[in-house]
Amino acid sequence: MTELTSLTIAEAREKLEAKEFTSVELTEAYLAAIDAANSVFNAYVAVTPEKALDMAKASDARRAGGKVGALEGIPLGIKDLFATRDVHTQACSHILDGFQPKYESTVTQNLWDDGAVMLGKLNMDEFAMGSSNETSHYGAVVNPWKAKGSNQQLVPGGSSGGSAAAVSAFLCAGATATDTGGSIRQPAAFTGTVGIKPTYGRCSRWGTVAFASSLDQAGPIARDVRDAAIMLRSMASVDAKDTTSVDLPVPDYEASLGQSLKGMKIGIPKEYRVEGMPEEIEKLWAQGIAWLKDAGAEIVDITLPHTKYALPAYYIVAPAEASSNLARYDGVRYGLRVDGKDIVDMYEKTRASGFGTEVKRRIMIGTYVLSAGYYDAYYLQAQKVRTLIKRDFEIVFDAGVDAILTPATPSSAFGIADEDLASDPVKMYLNDIFTVTVNMAGLPGIAVPAGLDAKGLPLGLQLIGKPFEEETLFRTAYVIEQAAGRFTPAKWW
Amino acid sequence: MSVDLATVKRVARLARIAVTEEDANRMVGELNGIINFVEQLSEVDVTGVEPMTSVTPMDMRKRADAVTDGDKAGDIVANAPTTDHNFFLVPKVVE
Repeated sequence: MTELTSLTIAEAREKLEAKEFTSVELTEAYLAAIDAANSVFNAYVAVTPEKALDMAKASDARRAGGKVGALEGIPLGIKDLFATRDVHTQACSHILDGFQPKYESTVTQNLWDDGAVMLGKLNMDEFAMGSSNETSHYGAVVNPWKAKGSNQQLVPGGSSGGSAAAVSAFLCAGATATDTGGSIRQPAAFTGTVGIKPTYGRCSRWGTVAFASSLDQAGPIARDVRDAAIMLRSMASVDAKDTTSVDLPVPDYEASLGQSLKGMKIGIPKEYRVEGMPEEIEKLWAQGIAWLKDAGAEIVDITLPHTKYALPAYYIVAPAEASSNLARYDGVRYGLRVDGKDIVDMYEKTRASGFGTEVKRRIMIGTYVLSAGYYDAYYLQAQKVRTLIKRDFEIVFDAGVDAILTPATPSSAFGIADEDLASDPVKMYLNDIFTVTVNMAGLPGIAVPAGLDAKGLPLGLQLIGKPFEEETLFRTAYVIEQAAGRFTPAKWW
Repeated sequence: MSVDLATVKRVARLARIAVTEEDANRMVGELNGIINFVEQLSEVDVTGVEPMTSVTPMDMRKRADAVTDGDKAGDIVANAPTTDHNFFLVPKVVE
């Protein structure tokens, strides 16, 4: 019998239904895997074995009673950004030390309502600010992938690095993640997993620790396209507690898998062919184009002229929103407090000690661009450029393009504590060059593994869709997955 | 535009983050690096372009003005560093 932890969600669902094993057995298998390997990867910052087994027992009882949810008995990992009642919720920041909310995020509640089991909370960049998971208060996460013949530890990407590593290393069947500038898609690409950032508004943001409210969206990281489709269907909902959540029916995304691409138009944006892009990524992109053409899609060259301005505009808008959202961490209502000689001194000391370097840097940038005299030059200008970025996409979609194919990242996974990246924040920011436009325009984007580079590391392609047309992305990504196959790391742990 | 040491200290004060002299000096270089990077936005012609206020084209839904939650003072202060009788405690702010 194959190891229970190697099954996809779809496979586990089938075998649970056939009573080949119970949710308790499946959950125990994952808990044993976490026990054996979490010290290697540092993917979980809190494991909740008792809660997991209680939830699994309850799931088995529901199944025995004939009540079977869409994720009945499936063990999942939850990014530390999602509030989980009475369980560690710290956005991997020191400033939220000891925080255990008395409420549950809408996304996780939706998963539990569909029968899923929580294994624990997953590591991430502090407040989701980072592209390597190295800004976490709990330390770096190790990528299960290693370059051929090398023992160097690589990053899993970020900010959802714990989610991506846990899925790739078989420490959960699937994971929740969030994406503000690429935080689902870049780690998915770095670990050979599938990650989708749905359209802004598709998932409720209620109970998700806020980073940049106009950009943040939750989505799944999963072993394959089908599992991502199954998870997103459960995660998405309209929610009275988030007025930006959308009141549209959630489709059965799985039903779109296997549908033909005939008559579909796929756009190839010339602006994504950036200077210094490795030849392998260029080749992967060409391969992706060939696969979609073979599947009957029409390929058209398109232009998205404001692409190069997306990242600089993001580094105004996101820090500005973050500086406002993170003002709430003041040592009064939750988390860390460092005493001072008066209340302002207490605020300043608490925030100086509670926030890490990258978070402070972004709060500072955000405060600066919103401060008197600079607001028009920076923030207002960035919001106008954002309108232009969105317009670029609208023009292309109005001309009949159904989806856009691009590389997911400008490189494969890099080393932990890479000196070149550590010394220059902007270099690290460039990791999100292909993903950030999608957040700026509020569109859905999926990263799907498409091949390995010469070092044997996974590379992903990204598909960008029209608002609320995630089905098109799943259908197209499935074609790429069928052609490319699935990628799992050789087990060294 | 570029920031100097005094600006960094002023912004840190606005952001309520204590910075040492060493922190502030390091931040001058880092913040200028980021500001130089975002400076390229000024070359974009935005004549007649409205700033984005909502990424999705829909109107914000409004809920009925009704009490739907409450009576949970204990839950609200449960995570606070110091409390007294369901109040948050802070250092004295009025002499």
